[in-house]
Amino acid sequence: MNDMQFTDRAVDQKETKIAAQGVNVHYGDAHAIKDVNVEIEDKTVTAFIGPSGCGKSTFLRCLNRMNDTIDICNVTGNILLDNEDIYDKRVDPVQLRAKVGMVFQKPNPFPKTIYDNVAYGPRIHGLAKNKADLDEIVEKALRRGAIWDEVKDRLDKPGTGLSGGQQQRLCIARAVATEPEVLLMDEPCSALDPIATAQVEELIDELRTRYSVVIVTHSMQQAARVSQKTAFFHLGTLVEFGHTGQIFTNPEDPRTESYITGRIG
Amino acid sequence: MSDTSKTSLLALSPRTKQRNAAEKRFRAYGVAAIAIGLLMLTVLVTNIFSRGTGAFQQTFVTVNVELLESKLDKKGNRDLEDIKKVTTFGYNPLIRDSVVAKVEELGIQTDLKAKDLGGILSKGAVGQLREFVIANPDKIGETIEFRFLAQSRVDGYLKGRVHRESIGNDKSISAEQLDLVDQLVDAGVIVKSFNMDFITGADASDQRPEAAGIGVAMLGSLSMMFVVLGLALPIGVAASIYLEEFAPKNRLTDIIEVNISNLAAVPSIVFGILGLAVFINYMHLPTSAPLVGGLVLTLMTLPTIIISTRAALKAVPPSIRDAALGVGASKMQAVFHHVLPLAAPGILTGTIIGLAQALGETAPLLLIGMVGFIASNAPETLADGLLAPNSAMPAQIYEWAKRADPAFYERAWGGIIILLVFLVTMNTLAVILRRRFERRW
Repeated sequence: MNDMQFTDRAVDQKETKIAAQGVNVHYGDAHAIKDVNVEIEDKTVTAFIGPSGCGKSTFLRCLNRMNDTIDICNVTGNILLDNEDIYDKRVDPVQLRAKVGMVFQKPNPFPKTIYDNVAYGPRIHGLAKNKADLDEIVEKALRRGAIWDEVKDRLDKPGTGLSGGQQQRLCIARAVATEPEVLLMDEPCSALDPIATAQVEELIDELRTRYSVVIVTHSMQQAARVSQKTAFFHLGTLVEFGHTGQIFTNPEDPRTESYITGRIG
Repeated sequence: MSDTSKTSLLALSPRTKQRNAAEKRFRAYGVAAIAIGLLMLTVLVTNIFSRGTGAFQQTFVTVNVELLESKLDKKGNRDLEDIKKVTTFGYNPLIRDSVVAKVEELGIQTDLKAKDLGGILSKGAVGQLREFVIANPDKIGETIEFRFLAQSRVDGYLKGRVHRESIGNDKSISAEQLDLVDQLVDAGVIVKSFNMDFITGADASDQRPEAAGIGVAMLGSLSMMFVVLGLALPIGVAASIYLEEFAPKNRLTDIIEVNISNLAAVPSIVFGILGLAVFINYMHLPTSAPLVGGLVLTLMTLPTIIISTRAALKAVPPSIRDAALGVGASKMQAVFHHVLPLAAPGILTGTIIGLAQALGETAPLLLIGMVGFIASNAPETLADGLLAPNSAMPAQIYEWAKRADPAFYERAWGGIIILLVFLVTMNTLAVILRRRFERRW
């Protein structure tokens, strides 16, 4: 088994893309995230692991302010993207989300054509001057989503008609079409079969060359396969954060070790 | 562990038997309930159609009228003003003579006086003749073939509503006249044929049920539906989108939500009296106008539209909103580009059903006086259609059902058939739209 084989051991220090400082999240009375500090590097895959309900998805959604849509959710602390506080009053979440793209747990293509799915983001952000421009953006995005060859002949067919794995890669293509700097993925493979999962994981590794990727996953094997950095969350706190190799082979905190060896979770 | 013998799968335990019996009983109840429902529907529909189809057929009498110059244009100069001075009363002898001539021509022996001979025609025949003469003054002096409505008793006799035994005290018809009618039917002078005027025409006075039609009331109903569609749809959809997608969830919005649901259950007559107090007494809008009727029905339809629109919006999976927000769409873009198109079939269905409800509503219209007796022609302009007094289909049906002459009763049933055709069409449209635009995700 090479499940625990680590993709990239030669990790060199890269510049920080996102810095979270003392982040607390409350859902009404529930304290979901407790004083989390973390620095996410550029052009790196960072995995968030931890048992169900540990707050890793909540924290991920803080990074592009998707929690804003939930009325009772209250975020305090600072999250800096390129040294700018994304929770600053002057920040419009719409602009932020164009920079910080997101891929969701369940593939959620719009019930429109494949072309329109990818073109939607560039259209609303005015990235294309004309039709030819847009065609080019769509093709580039679909290529980066590693799905171009499969769909190039049926761009006018509905995106919902694709298989689960194709849908998820379409969603990734849709997310990269707006030229984001950070790509957030919330358990992107949990609804996929093993083959589709392998394809998406391969894609994530390619995406690392351009974007800073943050991935929430339930599968420790997946975290080990795709990420360079791993953060372990437990009961709303960030227990341990470090190089993936180090987290999986030589964790500092006993809770991390318990989780990895399957004693908590 | 008990040491009882092992139970066989082939034998049913008492408990299983009991449960199976209960299930069978319940299925029987269900079938019975459906059967009763279907039976009632069948009775209703056959009843309506057996009573109402008569209204679509009318009895006509074909006679040749000699347009005597001596009666219609004494001066002989064909001056329209002079011709118009001759009232319908002046046309009576012409009509009478035309029937007498027809009877003589056919060689029918009868003791009836000329007045009674003319009496088999509708009282509206004179009006029809006068209109023709005013429109074609050059025809004066000629003899022209006319197709007049027979009076309602003759019509009833042909439809089996009027019998010889039942006309003892009826001043409008006598047994001798019925004998004549029989002979004229044999001669092909009196025929029953399809009556387009019932569908397109206006209401008629108590004396002439044979001439009454539902067409103008239909226009009144249509104008009201325009008002309802034009107001209730945008207001209802805007309110629903705001409440569902934008409004904060707090006590105030909870109260609003409960009140909208309650509004849907308010009896329609309450909306009627509200309309009377606000639109007519306070705002001084014209009585009996389709505009006012439309406003009242809008109030009634709004809750229906809001509730169905919100249900349609709720049914759109949140993942679609997430997807749109995730690529940087604003809240409004997410709603208008993605959520609303997906909810559209549901919204349309709700709207059409709301409109169908409003179309059949009678009580509020009675209160705002939308039962005007409109014997005139259809309104010519849109503004006229909205502001001029009019009736509406259900109100017209109610009016007819109230009148003493059984000939109107038949027309009430006929009106119900037309109303039902409209409602069934609208509901079918709703189903088709829902099927066509239904999307899966």
